[in-house]
Amino acid sequence: MAASSTVIQSPSGARGFNTELKVFGGMAALLIVLPLTGLVYPYFIMQALCFALFACAFNLLIGYVGLLSFGHAVFLGTAGYVSAHAARVWGLAPELAILLAVMAALGLGLAIGLLAIRRQGIYFAMTTLALSQMMYFVYLQAPFTHGEDGIQGVPQARLLGLIDLSKPLILYYSVLAIFLLAFLLIYRAINSPFGEILKAIRENEPRAISLGYKTDRYKLVAFVLSAGLAGLAGAVKVIVAQNASLTDVHWAMSGEVVLMTLVGGLGTIFGPVVGAFIITAMQQYLAGWGQWVQVAQGVIFVACVLAFRRGIVGEIAARLKIPL
Amino acid sequence: MSEAALLNVKNLEAWYGESHILHGVDFSVRKGEVATLLGRNGAGKTTTLKSIMGMVAKRRGSVIYEGVETIGLSSDRIARLGIAICPEERGIFASLDVRENLLLPPKIKSGGLAIESILDLFPNLRERMSSQGTKLSGGEQQMLAIARILRTGATLLMLDEPTEGLAPVIIEQIGLTIKKLKESGFTILLVEQNFRFASTVADRYFVMEHGKIIDTFANSELSANMEKLHAYLGV
Repeated sequence: MAASSTVIQSPSGARGFNTELKVFGGMAALLIVLPLTGLVYPYFIMQALCFALFACAFNLLIGYVGLLSFGHAVFLGTAGYVSAHAARVWGLAPELAILLAVMAALGLGLAIGLLAIRRQGIYFAMTTLALSQMMYFVYLQAPFTHGEDGIQGVPQARLLGLIDLSKPLILYYSVLAIFLLAFLLIYRAINSPFGEILKAIRENEPRAISLGYKTDRYKLVAFVLSAGLAGLAGAVKVIVAQNASLTDVHWAMSGEVVLMTLVGGLGTIFGPVVGAFIITAMQQYLAGWGQWVQVAQGVIFVACVLAFRRGIVGEIAARLKIPL
Repeated sequence: MSEAALLNVKNLEAWYGESHILHGVDFSVRKGEVATLLGRNGAGKTTTLKSIMGMVAKRRGSVIYEGVETIGLSSDRIARLGIAICPEERGIFASLDVRENLLLPPKIKSGGLAIESILDLFPNLRERMSSQGTKLSGGEQQMLAIARILRTGATLLMLDEPTEGLAPVIIEQIGLTIKKLKESGFTILLVEQNFRFASTVADRYFVMEHGKIIDTFANSELSANMEKLHAYLGV
């Protein structure tokens, strides 16, 4: 078998891996230097990083399994509430609050996933939307969320008892480290045999089944993983913003993550990050436009669907013939 | 039925929605033989393979593989018993390369071919290991579709029209491969419209019409049955 394993080396795969590694290195270096330049407000980058992680988690599902979840905000928002409550009311350390929030998102992901993956296409999207809307109304009424007011004043305590998150730059690099580690986890999952099975399911599910795979299990694992990572994004976002609100669990947030992923490039590794930064930047820098920002987002959405369906990163990758 | 039957199909019925396609199919496949389902378009040959594989939602009757009744089992469990199908549309995963396509199917038993042996059978694939599924020619796709079910340890291979749309030289290569697979101990259930090709590899023939087996004969009885066969197949 030693001989055969040398035969089956994939040169293009190695080249692809190198390109992706270089782009990842460039992205990490840029994000490390960016707050030091003073050009961009660190709070904006942190918020964008949380949305980027959320979009990457969402992309894992739609880009690699072909499942459009239209209720993914429920995991972002639920983890946000759990993290905020655990840190603010129970006084848990940030790492424990985040851990608890991710576990809550994983649990909710398992419950919603078990119900939703029985359906496909539009029915899957509608099931996830309906279940997330049910949770929205739960959070609207539940006393611990404080309804419209949300949970304010979430403390930025010491991470692992050592790292003082109340200092902006330390908070920034902690968020960046979490983002980069989660990004690598997603990258690893996509490029593992598990990821190949997900791609096979996306392309031809009946064929994957007839090869001997119980595809529902793989879809469920991907769904739960995606929910957990979306939860991680939500939990970190709450620590950054120091508040948890209904916005993060609203269906509009589920729509926004679709937009971010689509603008960046569905099924690309770096696309959701680019998409998240663009949409967050629009909201941040065009805030003066008021409701017109949403009109602009709508125009971008239509332009994406009509003119460049592969998204920004998808188009670049196709032009340069490299995986991104 | 023969004692050495690996697969026993009895009174198999299948439906696509409201359409009743198979009306009681009866046949058996012996261990180590190449059995061929012949018949005109729409006779139910592909549906028979899909029903055996559990890929048709509504089916009835009995399909016994190595003594196990599979009619109530899901497709993935049937695959794990040791039955593999190479569908007519080939079902190559386009976003995966040849290597990934080859390695994707799970190993269900020991006894499957090693990658090196598979590449000896299909030398064309050796140079295409890093090519995407979409970049392969029809012949290469067909070879890959057959190749990837050889590693799993499945003992019954069901090949649905493996020569369809292929050049004569490729058809010849696939014929040689089927013979080699038979020599290696695989049992093959073949669906073919190309009777000339089938006659070079088959041990026994089952002729289908209107969702039933209407005639059975061995390869040694072929010349005696030629006239009948022409009438059945309309060739």
